[in-house]
Amino acid sequence: MAEFLQQLLNGLSLGAIYALIALGYTMVYGVLRFINFAHSDVFMVGAFIGYYAGKLVPEGTIWGGLLVLAIAMAGCAILGMTIERLAYRPLRGAATLNVLITAIGVSLLLEYSGQVFFGAAPRTFPAVFPSANFSVGGLVISSNQIVVIVVATLLMIALEFIVHRTKIGTAMRAVSLNPKAAQLVGINNDVVISFTFGLGSALAAAGGILYALNYPSIEPLMGVMPGLKAFVAAVLGGIGNIPGAALGGLILGVVETFVNGSQWSTYKDAIAFAILIAILLFRPAGLLGKFTVEKV
Amino acid sequence: MSRTPSAVAVTLTCLALAVSTARAADPIKLGEVGPLTGKEAAFGQSAHKGITLAIEEINARGGVLGRPLAIASEDNQSKPGDSATIAKKLLSRDKVVAILGTGTSSNCLEIAPICQNAKVPLLATTATNPEVTEKRNYAFRVCFIDPFQGAVLAKFARESLKAKRVALLTSVSSSYSVGLSKVFREKFLAAGGTIVADQKYGEGDKDFRAQLTAIRAANPEAIATTGNYTEGALICKQARDLGLTIPIFAGDGWEAPELIEIGGASVNGSYYCSHYSSESTAPEVQAFVKKFRAKYHETPDSMAPLAYDAVMVVAEALARAGTTDGAKLRDALAATKNFPGVTGRTTIDADRNASKPAVVLAVKNGRTEFLQSIEP
Repeated sequence: MAEFLQQLLNGLSLGAIYALIALGYTMVYGVLRFINFAHSDVFMVGAFIGYYAGKLVPEGTIWGGLLVLAIAMAGCAILGMTIERLAYRPLRGAATLNVLITAIGVSLLLEYSGQVFFGAAPRTFPAVFPSANFSVGGLVISSNQIVVIVVATLLMIALEFIVHRTKIGTAMRAVSLNPKAAQLVGINNDVVISFTFGLGSALAAAGGILYALNYPSIEPLMGVMPGLKAFVAAVLGGIGNIPGAALGGLILGVVETFVNGSQWSTYKDAIAFAILIAILLFRPAGLLGKFTVEKV
Repeated sequence: MSRTPSAVAVTLTCLALAVSTARAADPIKLGEVGPLTGKEAAFGQSAHKGITLAIEEINARGGVLGRPLAIASEDNQSKPGDSATIAKKLLSRDKVVAILGTGTSSNCLEIAPICQNAKVPLLATTATNPEVTEKRNYAFRVCFIDPFQGAVLAKFARESLKAKRVALLTSVSSSYSVGLSKVFREKFLAAGGTIVADQKYGEGDKDFRAQLTAIRAANPEAIATTGNYTEGALICKQARDLGLTIPIFAGDGWEAPELIEIGGASVNGSYYCSHYSSESTAPEVQAFVKKFRAKYHETPDSMAPLAYDAVMVVAEALARAGTTDGAKLRDALAATKNFPGVTGRTTIDADRNASKPAVVLAVKNGRTEFLQSIEP
């Protein structure tokens, strides 16, 4: 039982990170109907901003950790908006495939410029948050896991608030429903899309910092696998659906952890993707997604 | 008439001299394929320093066969597949006379068939998987092999750690780790131990909590992990986070300063097996450490002296072969006997491997300490 609970905790803290990245994929898909493949590399840049910012603040303090988190989120929000402005906005109205290929291009650009600027060798991420381990009846909880789960939950609540309770959130939902109609009622689509990219990228940066806290070896290609898993999580939950992305991330994290701890750990990615295929067979729009007929 | 042959001889000698002076400026090129960047970068970087040092020394004393040595270094970025492409490029474009494989066993396994086809010797500096040199008479290595290393680890676990119940953690996508785990299991079982948990992960994985939680449930006395340092450091960190305080031990894949850099205090209390210790009092080792420190201002780990020895072995074989011809150089390499190097005497055996003693190092207070030396 203790082992089961421990694995569940391990899975939830991994899943919370997947969920944070998945939210960015889903939000961009929601407003623009395309997969922003550069998202996983924004996650990597977030971790590297945290790495450099972490050297400026004293290690192991809560305010220092939160400051690093805020700097990385702000930096990546700017990066996300810049990418949107320079790479995607000129293609607005072009075929989705063109934007998709551009996204892959931006992703490779970030990965390999990362290798030039940060170096390809793995770096050690500083322990910016205080760390300690608590033992509760055979269950060992590390403070990093608590930080991950708490920060992820708070950010997701904040996101729900922004999307459903603020003016810009209402505008985001309007653009997502029908961009042309949104424009007709006076919404500036460019501002809304830019904001969506900023918000999604900030969440990716938070994911990057939390990931690096737990696995403190960071390198420019670190975003590839978590990005792919988060993308799967977004599809699993129903792409374009915000609670769906969170649910998908948690499910994927927990499944992966349980498979990893079993005898079949070699198949962990295969099993994770097999679950995706199975769910999509029965619910093509994902767990929480609404199936809509495409208007031709 | 009697003068003609000697006149011809003189002319020929002059020609030969002219040719040889023309070629004297032409260096003998060795190829180097290793991970200079990426997650195994520590191996490639350290080996590259060793190679550079050896080449400078050889050229300072006049080179080999009257020609200087040069190195064509290429980076495989720690990526599977790149070593093969690079080896082809070194052979066809740079026309290297031998290739030094400074990366992992997986890297060298990619290069070996290409060198075999081109009939150019491959000298692996640190690849310990037996398959690297098996069935290919152009593939050599200057280090010990995993069957020996596995036996050393089993012996260390049973006799020094007094462990009977050991958990095994293998990287299934690394030829080195899979091979080492297999031998360790055999030898450890034969020595009366039991493997209480057998867990696996993939290269590049970052999360080992699931495997370690399963290992913790099996209640072992020590953890044997056979992968490389990046994963090793994270394994130590997560094991300590989960409250596992038992010793963790590994093979020579842990030999990198990054192990302690990434793992921090959590690596303390772990052990690994390696090729040499910079603390050894042998005069060759002390002389090498001194030269290395003077040039790079750091203490060499075992990848540097192995690579240094590899260059010296090739240079000596070239001198004995008297030519850069692949087949003759191969024969000369195969005949290497008792070559005195930094990592001990190198004798290439019938299977083109070098048998050398292994050392066990302990990590204490963020430093490695020499613990014991185990003979083959």
